[in-house]
Amino acid sequence: MTKTLEIRDLWANVGETPILKGVNLTVPRGEVHALMGPNGAGKSTLGKVIAGDPSYEVVKGEVLLDGENILGLEPDERARKGIFLAFQYPVEVPGVTIANFLRLALQARHGKEVPLTEFYGKLQRAIEVLEWDEAYVTRYLNEGFSGGEKKRNEILQLMVLEPSYAILDETDSGLDIDALKIVAKGVNAMRGPEFGALVITHYQRLLNYIVPDVVHVMMDGRVVKTGDKQLALELEERGYDWLKAEVGA
Amino acid sequence: MSDAELKHISEDYQWGFSDDVEPEVKLKGLTPEVVRTISKLKGEPEWLLEFRLQALETYFAKPWPTWGPDLSELRRQMDDFYYYVKPPAREDARSWDDVPEEIRRTYEKLGIPEAEQKVLAGVGAQYDSEMVYHSIKEELDKKGVIFTSIEDGVREHEDLFRRYFSKVVPPTDNKFAALNSALFSGGSFVYVPPGVDVEVPLQAYFRVNTEGFGQFERTLIIVDEGAKVHYIEGCTAPIYTSEALHTGVIEIVVMDGAESRYTTIQNWPVNMYNLVTQRALVGENAYHMWLDGNLGSKVTMKYPSSILKGRGARSEILSIAFAGDGQHLDTGGKLIFNAPDTSGSIVSKSISKGEGRSSYRGLVKVPPKGERARVNVECDALLVNENSKTDTYPYMEIASDSASVGHEATVSRLADDQIFYLTTRGIPEDEAAALIVRGFIEPVAKELPLEFAVELNRLIELEMEGSVG
Repeated sequence: MTKTLEIRDLWANVGETPILKGVNLTVPRGEVHALMGPNGAGKSTLGKVIAGDPSYEVVKGEVLLDGENILGLEPDERARKGIFLAFQYPVEVPGVTIANFLRLALQARHGKEVPLTEFYGKLQRAIEVLEWDEAYVTRYLNEGFSGGEKKRNEILQLMVLEPSYAILDETDSGLDIDALKIVAKGVNAMRGPEFGALVITHYQRLLNYIVPDVVHVMMDGRVVKTGDKQLALELEERGYDWLKAEVGA
Repeated sequence: MSDAELKHISEDYQWGFSDDVEPEVKLKGLTPEVVRTISKLKGEPEWLLEFRLQALETYFAKPWPTWGPDLSELRRQMDDFYYYVKPPAREDARSWDDVPEEIRRTYEKLGIPEAEQKVLAGVGAQYDSEMVYHSIKEELDKKGVIFTSIEDGVREHEDLFRRYFSKVVPPTDNKFAALNSALFSGGSFVYVPPGVDVEVPLQAYFRVNTEGFGQFERTLIIVDEGAKVHYIEGCTAPIYTSEALHTGVIEIVVMDGAESRYTTIQNWPVNMYNLVTQRALVGENAYHMWLDGNLGSKVTMKYPSSILKGRGARSEILSIAFAGDGQHLDTGGKLIFNAPDTSGSIVSKSISKGEGRSSYRGLVKVPPKGERARVNVECDALLVNENSKTDTYPYMEIASDSASVGHEATVSRLADDQIFYLTTRGIPEDEAAALIVRGFIEPVAKELPLEFAVELNRLIELEMEGSVG
């Protein structure tokens, strides 16, 4: 079995407006890829389309999860097959505790009852890595959380649910340097031969802590350049204009 | 209701089965003759018959409500209901073995005897017009706690009964309280002696079996000084194409320093008109909680009320309404602050799904004698679909300058972004919607005993199947 998340010639619209215009990208398990690019390039859209956001219409292309096209599946089915999207703007769900919600999600992911001890074991380890207070899991999902707490909560979910592929949508936005380090610690704890990640970010800063194996650059709905971590440094230094000129975007 | 609608509803409603039970007595129509027959069958004292006949006149004299849900269809059918249906069972058996098998099986399906063993201090079971079972744990019986049918209350404790009966809700209170006063049959009589704490709840379960029937249970609860009790009522019925009527009156007297709770989990099928009057009189430093959960019925009009009559009396009214297609639930509560230093709150959470409509209707009244009264009202509505409806009628009459009054109301929609977020974690769409709804009512639902909270969650999951997407 091919153990990759492969995006093939993906086109997607919001309403009549095309946002993705033929994205090609492959993330093998065991690797962390960064996805960079200027505002409006379609990075977040790509993450949402992979996760199955119904506000986008896929016009053409495939998203292959370990060889299987998942574009016809509902978001929950994709998640159970191993896709995870860490949201740029996590949603508040009042009255639903993190612990209760995560246990339901974990049981859905495994398709069976998960013993309470096993669940709390996973939760405890994640809380430790994220240097968080255990009291948070009895709070309502993201309700009244600061931006940083919301992002930490996304990584907590990532660590408990243990997906095969994670897409982190600007997880670094709104984080101070300490929070950034902790979030990176969580993601790095997930790294291993069975886990692949696509880290969407504007800034090289995050990549100092989550060191990518590959860096892709998206512009105007396509991946226009792929390189190693040096590419991110170069973008940080020189901006995107030289690349725009180079690829004629 | 069309057959197609009925089929759709039957699939969602788990308790829509009926029993093949032939009643001993069936009385149709709304006449003094019917009232006399009911009273005679029960062997009642003369004063109670007079009370009933007077109440029937009051019923006819009072106009139909000109506000709230549409009752025109009910009004047309008032002559066609069976107003008294006596099941072929011994009255008020003390053992399930003495309840006829067919009827007993129904309560077993509803899980009543099992809950009685595990989590309840006593159970009363009403089948159509009569209580067929009533039992209370021996140790409570020894402490002098009374938990019987309303009929046994009259027979065995006439003085106590007469002192409080119809004093909290007189027949003249409203048209349907008058109707109940004329026809009442079944319901509980509860007395808790001073200082006695009934630590686990008492439960009454109301089951309707006969088609085209009106149920009129009457409950009187007296919590003496410093005593404590929690009373729970549940109800279900078969689904029939014709309309049905349930008009209960609940009177509660909470004496000085006493504490009581009254919890309702109303799950009638959607052919039921549920028009209920519930009121508590709360004494000095006493406390009363109404927890009112309304999921079923075609129309519900129900505003549990507390009259705070002693200094320092407190009351909370917590209300959950879940209105689906073809349902109009008009619920809320009333708080009357008739003494100084009293406090109370109303928290209402309503959900409207499909073409369902839920309305909050509340009254807060602080006359000049309600000095330093504190009150807070919060009503939140959640709309699941585009066509779902909600409205709010908060009435406030504040005549005390020293009263402190808070009011907050919100309306929200089941948000697509919440659903998407939860589904990306592997939770299917229906479950995600149910989770959001459960979260919405959590501040109220957390006050339910665990078993009932679990049951409520299960009902919400059933309701939310196929409701979105």
